[in-house]
Amino acid sequence: MKLTGAQALIKSLEMEQVEVMFGLPGGAILPVYDPLIDSSIRHILVRHEQGAGHMASGYAHATGRPGVAMVTSGPAATNIVTPLCDAYMDSVPMVVVTGQVPYAVIGTDAFQECDTVGITMPITKHNWLITDAQDIPQIVREAFHVATTGRPGPVLVDIPKDIANQTMDWYWPERIDLPGYKPTTKGHPKQIKDAARLIGESRRPVIYAGGGILKARAAEALRTFAELIGAPVVTTLMARGAFPDSHELCLGMPGMHGNYTAVTSMQRADLLIALGSRFDDRVTGKVSAFAPDAKIIHVDIDPAEQGKVRRPDVPIVGDCRQVIDELIKATRAEHTKHGRPDLSAWIAQIREWQRDYPLHYDQEEGGPLKPQFVIERLREACPDDTIVASGVGQHQMWASQYWRFEHPYTWINSGGLGTMGYAVPASIGAKVGRPDRMVWAVDGDGCFQMTAQELVTATAERIPVKIAILNNAYLGMVRQWQELFYEERYSEVYLSPDLPDYVKWAEAMGCVGMRVEDADDVVPTIDKANEIDDRPVVIDFRTDYREKVYPMVAAGTSNDDVILDPAMDRKGGR
Amino acid sequence: MTVDPRHHILSVLVENKAGVLTRVAALFSRRGFNIVSLAVSPTEDERFSRMTIVVDAEASPLEQIVKQLNKLIPVIKISEIAHEEGVERELMLVTVKATAEARSQVTELTAIFEARIVDVGYEAMTIMVAGEADKLDAFTDLVRPFGIVEQQRTGRIAMPKLARQPLKLRAVRTARA
Repeated sequence: MKLTGAQALIKSLEMEQVEVMFGLPGGAILPVYDPLIDSSIRHILVRHEQGAGHMASGYAHATGRPGVAMVTSGPAATNIVTPLCDAYMDSVPMVVVTGQVPYAVIGTDAFQECDTVGITMPITKHNWLITDAQDIPQIVREAFHVATTGRPGPVLVDIPKDIANQTMDWYWPERIDLPGYKPTTKGHPKQIKDAARLIGESRRPVIYAGGGILKARAAEALRTFAELIGAPVVTTLMARGAFPDSHELCLGMPGMHGNYTAVTSMQRADLLIALGSRFDDRVTGKVSAFAPDAKIIHVDIDPAEQGKVRRPDVPIVGDCRQVIDELIKATRAEHTKHGRPDLSAWIAQIREWQRDYPLHYDQEEGGPLKPQFVIERLREACPDDTIVASGVGQHQMWASQYWRFEHPYTWINSGGLGTMGYAVPASIGAKVGRPDRMVWAVDGDGCFQMTAQELVTATAERIPVKIAILNNAYLGMVRQWQELFYEERYSEVYLSPDLPDYVKWAEAMGCVGMRVEDADDVVPTIDKANEIDDRPVVIDFRTDYREKVYPMVAAGTSNDDVILDPAMDRKGGR
Repeated sequence: MTVDPRHHILSVLVENKAGVLTRVAALFSRRGFNIVSLAVSPTEDERFSRMTIVVDAEASPLEQIVKQLNKLIPVIKISEIAHEEGVERELMLVTVKATAEARSQVTELTAIFEARIVDVGYEAMTIMVAGEADKLDAFTDLVRPFGIVEQQRTGRIAMPKLARQPLKLRAVRTARA
């Protein structure tokens, strides 16, 4: 069967079971948009290519399937660089197709030419420039394989316009030929045994669960494992939802804005069982002072993460789910031989910290609206399988702290890169992937202004996401640092509460727009929003600009120095 | 370029495809690894190329360099060739000022080093020296007083020694740390 390169590309995407893609056409990708008309693939037309990338990412987070985006060459390709880098940092499986100027004119500074493969080389797991239409099925198959296996990540396929117009003989490759790519998924039996022995010897263990748990679909296994060994679990920013917050062993989020118990339990632990986590600086604080007494078991599918930051006592390279299953078996054997260790003193210590140092804020009667109050009321008003997306900054930390995550894949945010503006497009992608779920974006006013135009896409495509803007009229996290570390010298952080008018803006984009200024109006307005299911909703919550995110470990300091909310001290040294 | 204990020779088998050198070189720069020298050549199998990379493993641990390299899809196999277990060679072309009166002395040095004169001009000669890095260094030192006009070195290439026992390629621990 003879096909054009463009037809072969679309057919290859269909062969990979792509149901939906996010994109925006243009000159160099024109040939590929033509066969799309006859394809079963749903295409969502975005308003900015960055939106396409983050939507693909949100879709991938929510569904576990690779997100697909397609854009043209030059400026479109550079616009999708941020989502690629974001997905690379957070190991999100994504396949991005970019148009390229005709192969014959590459290197001549042609109109809308840029070296897309060169630019995206360091921020993709791998990328390809197609030089022959005959290679298209092979490359597409490899691209999906690389994106979704091992440590997942984004890949990019760059297709020159003349290659898309070339004719090729259709085939679907039986096998993948990547001699240099063979991820290790099964943990080494000796290492598993060593790990089980360390677990048996430990009296103060903590499970340090990262995003890898979710990537490996290992939430169930994690729960079985945690209950078997009776160890408390911290869930990093990327792992919120991987272990239910309501579980008695769940300590919540560790790190710079983690709660006191999560941070301190790691500091005092004699064993950290790191599962799909990478000792990020936002978790460890000053590395040399991090968990000084702890032995480390580090399970990660990426060998390069072993020893990158902290030398593990037992490194285990493998898929989290497979390794945890093996650890469960090995630990059971260990228990049979030596009995189950008594961790009651450790758990009692943890309960004491939890009692003495809970998260804290005060919503005063008639006082300014507190962002934490909004998140708590929102959480209570929504089903517990609601998917929450967030941008980056204070609102992100509050959302992570105050939402109660009960299910995996209900939390979508930009962790590694910290991409402001992530929430709106990511929530749209998530809703496309999970139309059965309620999807809320908790956003900041600064973030919202970066990507809000995608709500036009949401309205046009009937994707009823809901956006809660915690509008404190500031770039709040920057303001917080300037207040605490730059002697309250506020430099370029004020945004204004009513410029733009968020309600009018929402309405102009076809959404329902509402505003809340008083605590009393929070619940009725959320209830109203939750009843709307035919279009997006935006609520502009006017929140207290003075509110800061606590607890906090200042950058570069030890996790022993947790700064608590000063109001807690005033209340008599809780 | 004498043998420095911090220097390690990595023999890297890669797919012979466009852009692989860029991927490897870019990885070194963005991860802050130092390349001392780099030589790339086709292998006996046209699907693959061999990169011989001499790295400075003081700045960053060799283990991280190897693991990150291994993450590149076109990288197939990485072996470290320890100094005592390999045969290393490097080629140098050096143009030395050699007027009529100095010419015999330079020629004599060339003979001692088993090097070859590959080009002769009125006031200079170009000499080819092959050998281990130390030998090339020594030759450079000895001809420097005459005046070095230009010098180029290929960077080291290396092969594992053919020992009496089976090949002792020290494969760097990668798949499992």
